[in-house]
Amino acid sequence: MAIIEEPLALTSGEAATAERPLGGLTRPQGGNGWRDWLSTVDHKKIGIMYGVSAMFFFVVGGIEALLIRWQLAAPEGQLLSAEVYNQVFTMHGVTMVFLFIMPLAAAFANYLIPLQIGARDVAFPRLNALSFWIWISGAIFLNSSWIVGGGGADCGWFCYSPNSGLAFSPSHGVDFYAIGLQIAGIASLLGAVNLIVTVLNMRAPGMSLFRMPILTWMLLVTQFLLLFALPVITVALFLLMFDRLFDAQFFNPATGGDPLLWQHLFWIFGHPEVYIIILPSFGIISEIIPTFSRKPIFGYSFMVFSGIAIGFMGWGVWAHHMFVSGIGPFSVAAFSLSTMFIAVPTGVKILNWLATMWGGKLLFSTPMLFAVGAVAMFTIGGLSGVTHALAPADTQQTDTYYIVAHFHYVIFGGGVLGLMGGLYFWWPKIFGHMLNETWGKVHFWIMLIGFNLTFGPMHVLGLQGMSRRIDTYSPGFGFELWNMVATIGAFIIALSVLVFFYNVWRSRRDAPNLPAPGPDPWDARSLEWMIPSPTPEHNFDEVPLVESEDEWWHRKYGYDENKRVVRIATIEEVAQDGSAEGVHLPAPSFWPLVLALGLPLIGYGLIFNLWLCVLGGALTGLALYSWALEPVDDPDADHGHDDHHDDDDGGDDDAAEPEAVTSGAEGGE
Amino acid sequence: MATATIDSPDTHDDHDEHHATSTGISNTKLAMWTFLGSECLLFGGLISTYLLYKTRRGPGPDNTAIPTDIFDIPFTSVSSFVLLMSSLTMVLALSALTRGDNAATRAWLLSTAMLGSVFIGGQVYEFTGFIREGVGFTHNPASSAFFTLTGFHGVHVSLGILMLMSLYVASKQGKLTPKHTETVEIVGLYWHFVDVVWIFIFTVIYLIPVD
Repeated sequence: MAIIEEPLALTSGEAATAERPLGGLTRPQGGNGWRDWLSTVDHKKIGIMYGVSAMFFFVVGGIEALLIRWQLAAPEGQLLSAEVYNQVFTMHGVTMVFLFIMPLAAAFANYLIPLQIGARDVAFPRLNALSFWIWISGAIFLNSSWIVGGGGADCGWFCYSPNSGLAFSPSHGVDFYAIGLQIAGIASLLGAVNLIVTVLNMRAPGMSLFRMPILTWMLLVTQFLLLFALPVITVALFLLMFDRLFDAQFFNPATGGDPLLWQHLFWIFGHPEVYIIILPSFGIISEIIPTFSRKPIFGYSFMVFSGIAIGFMGWGVWAHHMFVSGIGPFSVAAFSLSTMFIAVPTGVKILNWLATMWGGKLLFSTPMLFAVGAVAMFTIGGLSGVTHALAPADTQQTDTYYIVAHFHYVIFGGGVLGLMGGLYFWWPKIFGHMLNETWGKVHFWIMLIGFNLTFGPMHVLGLQGMSRRIDTYSPGFGFELWNMVATIGAFIIALSVLVFFYNVWRSRRDAPNLPAPGPDPWDARSLEWMIPSPTPEHNFDEVPLVESEDEWWHRKYGYDENKRVVRIATIEEVAQDGSAEGVHLPAPSFWPLVLALGLPLIGYGLIFNLWLCVLGGALTGLALYSWALEPVDDPDADHGHDDHHDDDDGGDDDAAEPEAVTSGAEGGE
Repeated sequence: MATATIDSPDTHDDHDEHHATSTGISNTKLAMWTFLGSECLLFGGLISTYLLYKTRRGPGPDNTAIPTDIFDIPFTSVSSFVLLMSSLTMVLALSALTRGDNAATRAWLLSTAMLGSVFIGGQVYEFTGFIREGVGFTHNPASSAFFTLTGFHGVHVSLGILMLMSLYVASKQGKLTPKHTETVEIVGLYWHFVDVVWIFIFTVIYLIPVD
């Protein structure tokens, strides 16, 4: 990990010895192979691990989607029983939202935020590793219910009460849902705290907030949404867990409980969650479109403020998910209105993207295709969204396939396509070689066609009255044709994902025979492109001094006397060469992994045997204190400087204190 | 501390450059404030749940008692006062550490933890009293909401006590010096937050009358 220098002898002649606070504990050296990955605190490796795991769960959720579509391809489908069908569509939704899109966005956030603001790492590197390990242990815990919990959760991804109660869902699936999402939520909360502090505190000199790239801005808004939305779902999940495991009386109408409470708590989280999913993609699109239009983003401050506005207004629209729950005409009217208002900042963004492209020298490379595709598909999803902002129309549409069509256009069309574009765009920065352009374009067109074939017909099915979540339908309702089209489309999407994986494999195989992409293959605009590809371990040789928005572009281009853009420097002249030595990086640690292993044990314990909780709690506690007491750095290395890392943990309440004490060791030099 | 290391000149620049954060607030303190922002929503959700359920007695003649029927306001007022006083001793601990008075720091840290423990003891006493009178966690929605809200707060106080005791041990080992005032300050932030939340919870549960 760290580029380690030998400790130098002191002038007094005394040998230099580093302090070991507890004598026994040391930081691992990293080394290579799997140990390196398990103990890494490098934001780039953590980002890659998020990305790889997210793609794995994309395949899992995709297989669940194909099962759903196979079942519904023709009337009287027999592939899945009604019970299994309920589990499959529930786990499809949960997997795609919590185990695919959110971690893929987290991958971009982890990898790119420090690079875009000119930092060497995030504010709390070990906490960052902890977020990843907790998330993956939650993800595995959640999916283990297929094996040990008697099947997956079967209550839909929003798991309405009383369907989620013991009476209607007697297997352990919902318990795994409640606890698994809590574990994943801890990960996102810690990540949010970490990234917010990183963005606010670790910007390079001159990088004022309003010089930050739009992607960083959108990710910052996303982290704030996570910060405030997650505790609300945490409350809801705790109440659900208490109901199911400890006989509390929260959601059982028979004993005075109120199912509407769940709906409110869930959607107060759930609607901001929609923006948590979409804003990272908006940020990526806002990086790609200016680069391939050869123009700066149109209306930078409007883009930033509309993102912030979406972040705020996202809190005031949750009850539009509940128009038919009987919340009363006044509430319905108010939320109907606020929902229409939130289309305004979103529309601002779409117009600004179009205005950025207007008059630009457009270059339709694969990232640009995905970005433009995402804008187009999101616009369709946004428009159908406005149709159910109108409560009377929504009353007709709710719980039909029209809704399914809408949110897939938003989340898949707007979210996933944008993230895919981001993968193509930053692939050379992350892995040091480009993805094949031809296969990338094949991937894009197959995915776009498959996507529209799958979800376009669902608008029609929904308006024809096909309700969502039914496991099959009888012939004669006119549902046959469009269901078959949708199923064919789903398999075309699957094909496009295979093309993507093939492209990844092929590009990697071909990379040694192709010229290296260099630091800046797309002639892009933000700071991450001024350093070599793949990113060196220490990110920046020296931290850049930022003088304008689109800093990197302004280092390459200037204006002549006629105010025309002229090239003032080649990439090679102004890029850093990654040769810095002696940059002190945070030492790796195994404790985040150990701590994260304790949480699923507590989860299994709550469900099966409380003694396991004791074991899991002990493991967590041991890891917390070991974490706090392990030296801030490798004691055998020269750690005269801990660089910029206050490598401790302010986010996790009982970790905060003891850790901070040891970090005193660094302050005392 | 006594870390013997020599700085090479090139890393020295990094050092100076990076220890100043963009906002001027240290990373740890900003992280704690951010985390506390999140906690507001956690308690917001729990308080809302209690407000919705506080009079829900459940069906049947056996289930009629709710926490507000049987609670002892004077008793809880005293333990609330104890908890609020612990914020004072927390401030005194910080002030003592700033002066470099280690003995006083430990004394005030310990008294803060003790006052917190007295509060937790009072909560345990109250809970057992409720259960003895038949108003348990599973009794009806009102009692489930009551135990969940106050229980979550109790867990927060307990974690705070754990932090205070860790500080106390660190001080005993000589690891807590005036350079670490910010560490104590950050634990203090958490502690004061938990106190402030209790003011809301106490008002909502005990002071606002139920019809």
